[in-house]
Amino acid sequence: MPNGTTTEQTGIQALPREPLVLRQRSMNWITNRICGIVENRQPLLWWLLFLPCAALMGMLAFCLCYLVSTGVGVWGNNHPVGWGWAITNFVFWIGIGHAGTLISAILFLTRQKWRTSINRAAEAMTLFAVMCAGIFPAFHVGRFWMVYFLAPIPNANSIWQNFKSALLWDVFAVSTYFTVSVIFWYLGLLPDLATIRDRCRAGVRKALYGIFALGWRGSNRHWRHYEMAYLLLAALSTPLVLSVHTVVSFDFATSVVPGWHTTIFPPYFVAGAIFGGFAMVLTLMIPARAVYGLHDLITPKHIDNMAKIILLTGSIVGYAYIMELFVAWYSGNKYEAAAFANRTSGHYRYYYYAMFFCNVISPQVFWFSWCRHNVWMVMAVAMCVNAGMWYERFVIIITSIAQDHLPGAWDFYRASWVEKWTFAGTLGLFLGLFLLFLRFLPVIAMSEVKGVLPQSNPHHHPANDDRAGGGAH
Amino acid sequence: MFGYLAEFPTAAAVYEAARRMRDAGYTKWDVHSPFPIHGMDEAMGLRRSILPYIVFFGGAAGLLTAFLLQYGTQVELYPTIVQAKPTNIYTVPAFFPVMFELTILFSAFTALFGGLALMGLPRLHHPLFNSRHFTRFSDDLFFISLEAGDPVFSKAESKRFLEEIGGRNIEAVEDEV
Repeated sequence: MPNGTTTEQTGIQALPREPLVLRQRSMNWITNRICGIVENRQPLLWWLLFLPCAALMGMLAFCLCYLVSTGVGVWGNNHPVGWGWAITNFVFWIGIGHAGTLISAILFLTRQKWRTSINRAAEAMTLFAVMCAGIFPAFHVGRFWMVYFLAPIPNANSIWQNFKSALLWDVFAVSTYFTVSVIFWYLGLLPDLATIRDRCRAGVRKALYGIFALGWRGSNRHWRHYEMAYLLLAALSTPLVLSVHTVVSFDFATSVVPGWHTTIFPPYFVAGAIFGGFAMVLTLMIPARAVYGLHDLITPKHIDNMAKIILLTGSIVGYAYIMELFVAWYSGNKYEAAAFANRTSGHYRYYYYAMFFCNVISPQVFWFSWCRHNVWMVMAVAMCVNAGMWYERFVIIITSIAQDHLPGAWDFYRASWVEKWTFAGTLGLFLGLFLLFLRFLPVIAMSEVKGVLPQSNPHHHPANDDRAGGGAH
Repeated sequence: MFGYLAEFPTAAAVYEAARRMRDAGYTKWDVHSPFPIHGMDEAMGLRRSILPYIVFFGGAAGLLTAFLLQYGTQVELYPTIVQAKPTNIYTVPAFFPVMFELTILFSAFTALFGGLALMGLPRLHHPLFNSRHFTRFSDDLFFISLEAGDPVFSKAESKRFLEEIGGRNIEAVEDEV
């Protein structure tokens, strides 16, 4: 563990806290390091990753055009499995989109200052994940050009949506979540866009960053409204982030399908979403930290904290899995029991075992601090969780409807090549957008990180540390 | 002339200077910093932002919009009977999720646009941008800008005062480009 800052200067006896930024980096160092990512040429690895992503994005466009021109039957969805991979992927991506707002909102309200190094990237990841998620239900409706029927706008038939349906709630929940996440992200970006603007030479770049920075001049008369707006958005996003996956789980829980019709779904889905989201944050940030040399900003403490959250939420998810099995038996409901017997020993049992191993067993290594401090170990678990959360959604959706109440309608589900490539395409879209984000926007919230440095406290008077002064020329 | 711009090396220095500015009775001045400085509002004598009150009305508008949208379409305009559920005011619990979402959505928009309106942004041009070294406010330096329109402002006296409270590189910022 790295050494904590000394508190001898203040004379207060307290446990030393680990510093949020290592090696007493100055504000200028932070600015140069973060803006440097945007201003310098990207490493070869960036291109090696971006080109396949671009190819996958092309494949996604092709698959969607093929679907629209041919019909939704090019996917493997059919009776009884009408939801298939499309909804599995939708729930998977929405779940990933939860860590960003959790980090930016809930950790902000609870004054977890370590969030400042990771919130920007996590919020960006949220937006890209929600974009990927949105593709699936939009095309799953079958006639994509009619997708505006989801919105409550007057149409030629004077028909209005059924607001008593969980599916329509979902439309509102996901679109609100996306919009509020964009607002929150943009507001946070404002001071950092100004930093890049101020470093640019006059030209198109400066004009563009300047327009989006809205003329920010770091004024304290602005900061007080800015901080209030940020606090309010955090307070609004906190119930919002909890509501989104709750409403997604209502899509399932309000139906009468065995294996779906349970009250445990909302908390179980929210815990799973946070779990999967943090795993994806680690998956993206550990490589970015290594490639761009951000070790002093994203410290072992950050990774350690995220690993602990994964351990906690993974254990909640594990509890939910076991409780589902228990209730299936204890309720005496034979349909529920059959659904779970089917999950654990039926045709799709290997998906269930994979899910259980990846989501419940693998994070348990984080009880050991050695595992939380070894980035390879953390990456391995994060990869397991990424896969495991996809399996979870697959298990919930496919096994429940492939064999539901009517044995005569039972069938197996097999994804078509179009579905598989569409999913691969969204992986490319997600990663590609994230790479573009790294290329064009500050990956770490500079103004927030500067604000948690010890020298940023107006009552800080460096006694014997001349590097602590923020304004060293 | 727009006013003076004084540079300060640390958050602690600009904080002390702001207190002196406030006590000297200046009103048209500002502190520019790369991050919000804790306690600066009090040091500058600023009141708490009124944004929460504005956002409250934004949220209330969202709640009302969602209720009217759902009640109007489900009960008045086009009642759809699904699963034998009633189509009257008693279905209001089924409207709660959308009411919640639109409350949040409208509040968030109000927080963004209300906040920007209170800040007077976007304003892409400002006399301070005429200063060459002002751009370091977004990196690691702290500034106090004092407008010439301030009632207590005097060209010589104010400059001396800014020097006295620790300001460096005091620059007279011009109004026009």
